[in-house]
Amino acid sequence: MQILGLYNYWIFIVLMMCGFYVVISRGNLVKKLVGLNIFQTSVFILYISMGKITGGTAPILTGTATVYSNPLPHVLILTAIVVGIATTALGLALVVRINEAYGTIEEDEIHAQSEDEAL
Amino acid sequence: MLLSLLVVTALAVIRLRDLFAVVMLFGIYSLLSASLFVVLDAVDVAFTEAAVGAGVATVFMLGTLALTTSREKTPSTHKPLLPLLAVLVTGAALIYGTSDIPPYGDPGNPIHHHVAPRYLEDSADEIGIPNVVSSVLASYRSYDTLGETTVVFTAAIGVLLLIGGARRRRSEEPPRPDHEEDA
Amino acid sequence: MKQYSIPRLITKLLLPLILLFALYVQFHGDFGPGGGFQAGVIFAAGFVLYALVYGLDNARRIMPPWLLRVGVSLGVLIYAGVGVAGMLLGGAFLDYGVLDPHDPVHGQHLGILLVELGVGITVAAVMVSIFYAFAGRGR
Repeated sequence: MQILGLYNYWIFIVLMMCGFYVVISRGNLVKKLVGLNIFQTSVFILYISMGKITGGTAPILTGTATVYSNPLPHVLILTAIVVGIATTALGLALVVRINEAYGTIEEDEIHAQSEDEAL
Repeated sequence: MLLSLLVVTALAVIRLRDLFAVVMLFGIYSLLSASLFVVLDAVDVAFTEAAVGAGVATVFMLGTLALTTSREKTPSTHKPLLPLLAVLVTGAALIYGTSDIPPYGDPGNPIHHHVAPRYLEDSADEIGIPNVVSSVLASYRSYDTLGETTVVFTAAIGVLLLIGGARRRRSEEPPRPDHEEDA
Repeated sequence: MKQYSIPRLITKLLLPLILLFALYVQFHGDFGPGGGFQAGVIFAAGFVLYALVYGLDNARRIMPPWLLRVGVSLGVLIYAGVGVAGMLLGGAFLDYGVLDPHDPVHGQHLGILLVELGVGITVAAVMVSIFYAFAGRGR
């Protein structure tokens, strides 16, 4: 029971680490953003998992159900998703500008160009 | 089951080098997590995730790929060992931390005994609408939502400032010297 | 995309349904799942579909960028304006109970409807204008 009860959280940790790995090990900026989004979604799953009650139903009052899942995490994550896409779009816009300025979206090449300029 | 599919998709995102496929997989990943949210009773969240993740986010990322490049270069200087080590250590620490988390789905968890019962019990009398998520979103926590709306607004201003105007520099300036050739 | 007649036809069939569904989600959000955030994104997704199939110029003709800029700020203004209206009527900021002097529950209902409308307008306008920015950059 104890092991089964924590399975959700372990999967969420695995997903989070997948996103984390993409962010720190890949040099491509678009891929980094996808990694960040995977990371973000894993946090969403953590929150929603916490709000779930076994045998509960969606928090829409119908008068028939007695147990509802916790609505608070839903509210927080609902807004977080929309804010997440807005900030992702901002990041993608930065990538587009970086590509226009440097001609590449690979981190190594950008660093190399900046060092050349500094010399 | 859904969780395992999510993990498989995330691993595929790590392995693939074709960014077009990565973006498509990300759309699938979002759709999968939306179905997971339905299973977890969060219908509103699932709705948003399906529309945002699988719809709009994919279009934005494809738009970026069209403006840049759709092929990731093979990293030459990056060594995968150090990031892998960092990830494993962090993951192990987090898994150690879950031993203190109360079990999944238990109605006795502390999260269900703070403000949530008040929302669920009094919302029908105070607000009078059946969807508790809406009433918490727009009434009980409306400061929050005002802030979130302002963040979305600010992000739009940022995007428009960055890439909203016409492109001028490319036509006026000579193209930058290509540093690949120097090396 | 002039030569692909099937996507054009399907888009023509689906578009009114998508936009109608967005409005349904917007105004039925009090009773079922839905609300301003979802409705805004669905509305924008329908519009993005139109722009992808029929071209950016046609989309710009229907939804000109200045209208989007007005929409982006109008939504936030409606939201904050509801809050200020509550203050002027003697309540706290964003206290909807005072919007209807006879029945606070009805006032709450009205306040939520207006606030969700503001959220929906902002989100839809933001998403479409971000799409325009990305699509307009490519040429």
